[in-house]
Amino acid sequence: MASSETAPAASQRARGAATFLRSQMRNIAPFLTLIFLSAFFAVASPSFATIDNLGNILTQVSVTGIIAVGLTFVILCAEIDLSIAGIANVTGIAVAYFTLQESYVNIANIPLPGAIAIILSLLLCAALGLVNALGLTVIGIPSFIMTLAMMQIAAGISALLVRGQIAYKVPSLISTLGSGSVGGIPWIVIVAAVMLLSGHLVLTYTRFGRYVYMVGGNREAAEYSGLNVKLILGSVMIISAVCAGIGGMLGVAHFGSAQQNEFDTYLLDSIAAVVVGGTSLFGGRGGIGNTIVGLFVLGVLNNGLDHVNIDSFLKILIRGLILLAALIINVYAQRLREKAAE
Amino acid sequence: MPEGRRPILELQGITKSFGGVEALRGVDFALLPGEIHGLVGENGAGKSTLMKIIAGVHTEFSGRFLIDGHETHFRSARDAHAAGIAMVHQELSVAPDLTVAENVFLGNQPTNALGLVQWRRMAHEAGEQLARFGIDVDPMSRLGDLPIGLQQLIEIARVLFSGARIVILDEPTSAPSPPEVERLFTTLRRLREEGTAIVFISHFIEDILRVSDTVTVFRNGRKVAETASAATTKGALIEAMIGRGGEALEHSYTDDLMLPRPSDSSVVLKVDQLSLARSLKDVSFEARAGEVLGIYGFMGCGQQELSRILFGKLKPDAGTLIVEGRPKTFASTAAARRAGIALVPESRRAMLFHQEPVYKNISISILERISSLLLKPAQERDIARRQVEQLQIRPPVVGLDLGMLSGGNQQKVALAKWLTYPPKLLVLCEPTRGMDVGAKNDVINIVRDLRARGLAIIVLSTEPETVLSLADRILVLKRGALVREFRNEPVSKDRLLEAA
Repeated sequence: MASSETAPAASQRARGAATFLRSQMRNIAPFLTLIFLSAFFAVASPSFATIDNLGNILTQVSVTGIIAVGLTFVILCAEIDLSIAGIANVTGIAVAYFTLQESYVNIANIPLPGAIAIILSLLLCAALGLVNALGLTVIGIPSFIMTLAMMQIAAGISALLVRGQIAYKVPSLISTLGSGSVGGIPWIVIVAAVMLLSGHLVLTYTRFGRYVYMVGGNREAAEYSGLNVKLILGSVMIISAVCAGIGGMLGVAHFGSAQQNEFDTYLLDSIAAVVVGGTSLFGGRGGIGNTIVGLFVLGVLNNGLDHVNIDSFLKILIRGLILLAALIINVYAQRLREKAAE
Repeated sequence: MPEGRRPILELQGITKSFGGVEALRGVDFALLPGEIHGLVGENGAGKSTLMKIIAGVHTEFSGRFLIDGHETHFRSARDAHAAGIAMVHQELSVAPDLTVAENVFLGNQPTNALGLVQWRRMAHEAGEQLARFGIDVDPMSRLGDLPIGLQQLIEIARVLFSGARIVILDEPTSAPSPPEVERLFTTLRRLREEGTAIVFISHFIEDILRVSDTVTVFRNGRKVAETASAATTKGALIEAMIGRGGEALEHSYTDDLMLPRPSDSSVVLKVDQLSLARSLKDVSFEARAGEVLGIYGFMGCGQQELSRILFGKLKPDAGTLIVEGRPKTFASTAAARRAGIALVPESRRAMLFHQEPVYKNISISILERISSLLLKPAQERDIARRQVEQLQIRPPVVGLDLGMLSGGNQQKVALAKWLTYPPKLLVLCEPTRGMDVGAKNDVINIVRDLRARGLAIIVLSTEPETVLSLADRILVLKRGALVREFRNEPVSKDRLLEAA
């Protein structure tokens, strides 16, 4: 046996290298996109490649980054959460609702001490995540539909709380984390970095993280391995909702106001960041590292387009096309990977 | 055989191989109009391959293929269909969400001048057609709401209405209940009178003998016998199917094997009066520590459902599971695993992670035990390496993606996954299916070793050899009910087939 295996070993190794490259396609492609976009804008605009602007980009992607941490867990399980922007919005509004507002703000709110306001808001987003989780696992509603309904429910709660008005005040802790800075670094960037790092550590080094990948990679096999698949799916829905809630609270502080529909663009941005980064929509492949690359691709794109002289209406189209390209690569990488596995 | 009728279909010297393995070797086969031709043989004997050649599914083969005396070569299943050949496959291929009428007319609904479907006419004609076959259902009801057996009959009816002159039925009686089988047979006899030629494949030899005019027996890709049904018996057919001596490569289990005296060790699992819809009826048995319990039955006899119930993946309609004296209802597979039950399903794909390395596939069952929060990859690899060494998994590289391993080695990984655990009760479905002799022997040795370590093991298989090579005690499952238990007595392939 052993002697007959030595002859084709060299060609096998070459094939192994090609297989490895193909299987890494999903990690390589987003990174190349990022380098290409950065290089392009650096050449096209002298104001792009500066330290100041890097700070801008980091700040601009922070809220998306915080929301995308939880979404990464969900997409790794081959599910989706469309309620993240809605939950972010309602949590941001809730934390303002529980804070004493200036007298000219015409909202019949319930002022509470800051710590309690924050805890209640976190409980609210966790509860909404729990509803998502129960709908998905106990009742068996597909996450796409379940979270679509939740998106509407969250918008409804938001509307009832603010009734078309705008609130401005949030607890001082939230206000510091959302709009303050320490040593020249915005707190919101630090929070995003800590949350992304925590997400990465959980996914890579904990048992729960392994289960997330296993459930996403082959749900049936996870079940036949005696994993509690429903518990894992439910957990990721709650994680997603809580991350969205934290993003929403800091976002409200960052923007300086809490109002209806404030976070609408963050749904698409968060999904785009996760998917552009190369996390598989079919589950089981990718991770926070990919999401970080995806965040930078989106951040560089949005920021860079502001630095070059371009029709602002065309920007929207360009973003759409980049997202489409990323989706094509995502699906294509999955196919290459499957071929490599055979 | 009736004289003076010319065969509607004639095959001469058909040989077909898949990647160097001959599935058919020089087979002659003729089909007369107005004949029901039964086909029997073990799994892999070549029946299905031959039928797929006739139905235009396999187009590459050598030998002569004549229809109405003219040499023909189908290039696709569509060609075969155009020539009036239709096949009902073992798995249902119906549209459960459409109405009965739509299913009957699938693909050629009657339309008016505008191209709109004429619902009333379609419903009326479908109802009339079905009534001719003794099927009395509302043509506008949803097909998926009907019992499986009836759905199968409707599928068969559809095939017949498509104007087929040659109808091939692959295992049509594995799902239906006795009255439905009766209806099917009445239908087939009526069709025979109308001149349709029918090929009928079944594991149920009684069924074949009852309904067919002629029986052909396949063994190892050869046609070994063709006789009039009236002139043969179940015993003779089984003997022809299995063959005596000579051809069998490995131990063929044709001779009596003495089962050991049943062990009186502790009962690990007691199954009491388990029932599940149309799949299982009042199934009760016990599995003991240090004993391999074999459960044998034909495809569709309820084995698969039984194994899923034991592992908490399906919930039974009635009945209880008692694990070590305590009644259990499993809310999830995780609950079953915690109770000490492990399952290796018949499909490796269903329980392994092909894109993950071998060690992660092995360690998944014990992660809970070796890590409370943080993973310990070094320990996982060590455990995996021990298993790989012990089970001689090739190549012995635990970091390799599972998908790179051969089928036999993947099956060993599937076992290794539970050996590290180790459970109290191991349920194995088709543990040696599709394996070569060497890998089969390895698996047999692993199972014996586990038995020696005091595990209770249940082996479910549709292959008599698998059960005979492993089991200390054998139950026979037939259409969802336990019909026979072999213990402390001689058993052989004949006896098993006879009981099933």
